[in-house]
Amino acid sequence: MNRLSWFNVTSLTLGFAFLYLPMVILVIYSFNESKLVTVWAGFSTKWYGELLQNEAFLDAAWVTIKVAVLSSTFATVLGTMAAYVLVRGGRFLGRTLFSGMIYAPLVMPEVITGLSLLLLFIGIGLDRGVLTIVLAHTTFSMCYVSVVVSSRLMTFDRSLEEAALDLGCSSFDAFRLVTLPIIAPAVISGWLLAFTLSLDDLVIASFTAGPSATTLPIKIFSAVRLGVSPEINALSTIMIGIVTVGVISASLISKRNSLRQQRDEQAAARTA
Amino acid sequence: MAETVFAPWDDPNEKPLIRFQNVTKRFGEFVAIDDLTLDIFEKEFFALLGPSGCGKTTMMRMLAGFETVSEGSIELAGQDIAAVPPNKRAVNMMFQSYALFPHLSVYENIAFGLRRGNMPKHDLDARVTEMLKLTRLEKFARRKPHQISGGQRQRVALARSLAKAPKLLLLDEPLGALDAKLRQATQFELMDIQEKTGTTFVIVTHDQEEAMTVASRVAVMDEGRVMQVATPERIYEAPESVYVADFIGDVNIVAGQSTPMGEGRYHISWAEGQQPLVAASDRPFSDGQSCHLAVRPEKIAISAERPADVDNAVQGTVLDIAYLGNLSTYYVELPGGQIIKSQTANTRRISRRSFTWEDTVWVSWTATAGVLLAQ
Repeated sequence: MNRLSWFNVTSLTLGFAFLYLPMVILVIYSFNESKLVTVWAGFSTKWYGELLQNEAFLDAAWVTIKVAVLSSTFATVLGTMAAYVLVRGGRFLGRTLFSGMIYAPLVMPEVITGLSLLLLFIGIGLDRGVLTIVLAHTTFSMCYVSVVVSSRLMTFDRSLEEAALDLGCSSFDAFRLVTLPIIAPAVISGWLLAFTLSLDDLVIASFTAGPSATTLPIKIFSAVRLGVSPEINALSTIMIGIVTVGVISASLISKRNSLRQQRDEQAAARTA
Repeated sequence: MAETVFAPWDDPNEKPLIRFQNVTKRFGEFVAIDDLTLDIFEKEFFALLGPSGCGKTTMMRMLAGFETVSEGSIELAGQDIAAVPPNKRAVNMMFQSYALFPHLSVYENIAFGLRRGNMPKHDLDARVTEMLKLTRLEKFARRKPHQISGGQRQRVALARSLAKAPKLLLLDEPLGALDAKLRQATQFELMDIQEKTGTTFVIVTHDQEEAMTVASRVAVMDEGRVMQVATPERIYEAPESVYVADFIGDVNIVAGQSTPMGEGRYHISWAEGQQPLVAASDRPFSDGQSCHLAVRPEKIAISAERPADVDNAVQGTVLDIAYLGNLSTYYVELPGGQIIKSQTANTRRISRRSFTWEDTVWVSWTATAGVLLAQ
């Protein structure tokens, strides 16, 4: 086996340090006894306890989760529909324009998206609150969902839908009973993507949030401007923990599924 | 006991199940099907045979309802089906890729079509079990498609498309994904199932052996047109055009001019300074008409001496020998450059080959061995 050369070891170390050092420091300081963020005064979990007493943070967390669940669900429905039409709709007038426009928000600066939404909400007299953030997040995350779902639909064997039609399904039934169950993994990962995008969005939320509803990123950002408190370190550590568990379990599940599929296929080939 | 021959196409009182009438299909500028008229009868095993791009798959997709007809009409059991969507047609299709639903078990795949109609649970179960039995899949009912082998998947696809007892079953290259041994066995299985269920089968294939084995009649297609529709025997022994003769099996084509000699016999002058060839033909040819004589290689004998009492005998030299195990094909070059293939069966295991390269030999055949074709 090849041993790692000193060059490879160095680049690996540098790369990982660059990526993870800031987070490691944050996690370590979240267990700091001292109120001063930069001075280590012994191990303690007291900031986690204090965090649970902080109503403002808990409220913001609740709003964030509500917004993320609602907006990612809407975005998934709309994005999947758009992807289906773009991939399956055949040629229709304005198809190229439509497919270009659906991806445009991907490259649009968030400040502009946020500002234009703000102007729209003021224009139609919609009070800023949970509803406006949900609408804004749906708008910008639906194109991500549609990218994920349409790339799955491109490789989808069309004859499966034709077989469903042939066996007596209406087009809607064919979608519901055949297409959707098969592309479900892509739809779910689209939902998860929209969910995480909504969770950590600061820019668009700060344009569309009102005094009645603040999301966690906005809360953290404004708190940090008054000075970093160890409570925020604790909060961030919890968020890192949740994300890590999510990513690891997702990859374990997909790894296990592909292994099982492989085993089944080998077994089938042997009994042929 | 008189044997009844299954030949509804020869019976003028028989009503066809499917009737293509002057059907044309265009994709933009491209004409996929060109003014095609064709009848297919009940209980037939009908093969559409042709090279890729000849329009055979388009014809099948028009029957299934996935493509619309540009001009003309298609009738199924006397009814124009142009306006009937695929989910309302008494036609089912077995797809080339099988198109099994990967998220459903074998049982649920077969039950899928039955569940769309409001079939009582008991009847549904009985029907699926019957289909599983017919295709010998009882043991695999609970498996998912990826948990069974290719041959078993093919049978699931067949069972699923037969479950609704369609009037017409369409099979799109059904055996294309199987290896040669399995394909042969499956061909007989298909014929068996077709006979048991009495369903009309229309099969699309580019494999001529497959078409000849399974079909009651074969339609040879080229560039959106049907070149000939006939039983496998007639397609092989009495092709109506050089294209069909050449497409099915191996053939020698000699071009020349005909001279009628009376009683359906013709002399064909084919090369300067050579004896004219003798051929019998039911189709009349006029004096000096250009024609093609098509003779199958197995009907041409090869010998060292000129055989006596034979209609046609030409001398040439052995150019190439193809040894195929069961058969040997000799490529004999005649004076003037024409190459004639002669095929002999290797009926003895150990025998010295009678001829070798560069040998001077005689190739010979009778007047009725070949078919005289105008084009």
